[in-house]
Amino acid sequence: IPVSPPPSLLRLPSRAPYTPQSRSRHVPETRRREPCGGDRRGEAGEDTQEKEGILPERAEEAKLKAKYPSLGQKPGGSDFLMKRLQKGQKYFDSGDYNMAKAKMKNKQLPSAGPDKNLVTGDHIPTPQDLPQRKSSLVTSKLAG
Amino acid sequence: LWCFSQVKGAVDDDVAEADIISTVEFNHSGELLATGDKGGRVVIFQQEQENKIQSHSRGEYNVYSTFQSHEPEFDYLKSLEIEEKINKIRWLPQKNAAQFLLSTNDKTIKLWKISERDKRPEGYNLKEEDGRYRDPTTVTTLRVPVFRPMDLMVEASPRRIFANAHTYHINSISINSDYETYLSADDLRINLWHLEITDRSFNIVDIKPANMEELTEVITAAEFHPNSCNTFVYSSSKGTIRLCDMRASALCDRHSKLFEEPEDPSNRSFFSEIISSISDVKFSHSGRYMMTRDYLSVKIWDLNMENRPVETYQVHEYLRSKLCSLYENDCIFDKFECCWNGSDSVVMTGSYNNFFRMFDRNTKRDITLEASRENNKPRTVLKPRKVCASGKRKKDEISVDSLDFNKKILHTAWHPKENIIAVATTNNLYIFQDKVN
Repeated sequence: IPVSPPPSLLRLPSRAPYTPQSRSRHVPETRRREPCGGDRRGEAGEDTQEKEGILPERAEEAKLKAKYPSLGQKPGGSDFLMKRLQKGQKYFDSGDYNMAKAKMKNKQLPSAGPDKNLVTGDHIPTPQDLPQRKSSLVTSKLAG
Repeated sequence: LWCFSQVKGAVDDDVAEADIISTVEFNHSGELLATGDKGGRVVIFQQEQENKIQSHSRGEYNVYSTFQSHEPEFDYLKSLEIEEKINKIRWLPQKNAAQFLLSTNDKTIKLWKISERDKRPEGYNLKEEDGRYRDPTTVTTLRVPVFRPMDLMVEASPRRIFANAHTYHINSISINSDYETYLSADDLRINLWHLEITDRSFNIVDIKPANMEELTEVITAAEFHPNSCNTFVYSSSKGTIRLCDMRASALCDRHSKLFEEPEDPSNRSFFSEIISSISDVKFSHSGRYMMTRDYLSVKIWDLNMENRPVETYQVHEYLRSKLCSLYENDCIFDKFECCWNGSDSVVMTGSYNNFFRMFDRNTKRDITLEASRENNKPRTVLKPRKVCASGKRKKDEISVDSLDFNKKILHTAWHPKENIIAVATTNNLYIFQDKVN
């Protein structure tokens, strides 16, 4: 089985003690560019008969690669694991936010793209990005 | 033959996020059935005493208690939200009149005591019935307070809070057969607790690599063996299960057994690892077998054989040709659970379109049923469903493309002794019973 180098990922922020100076939470995401998976097919060889159950899976993979050519060589690996570890985390730092607002002066802060869970690059979470948190004071409908 | 018994929850299609059911669990006797939801609430149902007149059905489940187990929290140090969603509920075996359960969200486990109060003291000398104090000078005679019956009140109170032991999100809790300790597992670590001690927890598994860039797998589920108090298993996102023995060493980073089915490398695709990720692991009641659920199948493993499962059941193989769209809509990451019946002869798991599947290990027969309000007359026998993968669709079959992937059954539970099952759709709880007589 060929071993591909692990892609660089979104770094988990280091848990430094909170000081106003160290605001290095939002590290831009870096992805190493990798060749699209051509060599795997070469490994299978011409003489391999595509088994009935595998053909649909490979066809699906081809569909996916056609839509998203930048998907990494490493299948379902660290990228989605890191996303899973960070599930639900939304960083809102009022210090960061106010400093960024001051820097931008009157301009609007860039707001989150469609995928609000991924915080990358210059984007700083703004109050609008955070989902409304309501505490459930209502009784469950199962008990109704 | 399975019949509809009850359905709980709102009828309307507009589902509030808080009402999404996130866990279902019978207690050890089967008399109580607990559900947890995304809003952090727990609802407990109790089975009615068997009605001797209506002997053709077992008791119904009615609401016994409901309480707010977890609230949303904000971790100010890390600026992150902690969801109140109840990930798991596990019951303790009953030791006295009260019932105890553990409920957990992503970060905090709580031990709840559920107790009944059906009498109250009346006839105090110095207090009125409403609690106001009486003027002692007005007391002319003395009486002895007595207990009088009152309407049953069920109270839930948090007895222990086990917090701050998990950096990552808790996915499992499991009570040891010693009934004194339990484990909690997050993506990278497993901790051992004593039920009486909340300020200390012992880490028994840590798979966090020194360099996070080397991370290749996470822990997806963990469970204690039902009989051996030193043994537990944990499953991974790569489709492996590790069995650990706490007698071997204090830190169980090295497994005693590794269960993994070898994969043909020529079959590998982008999706292979994702669909091999195990979403649930459950020991059989006997303790001889364990069952794992991955995206497309259920596997039964003999604890004595590590190199392959002894049985494999396909849950919805027709989805293999839909993996691309299931990846795009994130459904490929859905975490289905599975469960055994009381005698370990049948296993059950959920699927899409509000379908759920049962596999009889002895007869090798399987059945697909649907949890729907369409057949909700009590004792209506459920009609088996069939999904047509391709080609000509027969009458009454459903084609793969018509399946509703938003209607997923992730959580199911089987009564420990009887053929009663609880099936959770997004926001409704269905109870089915097998046909008596």
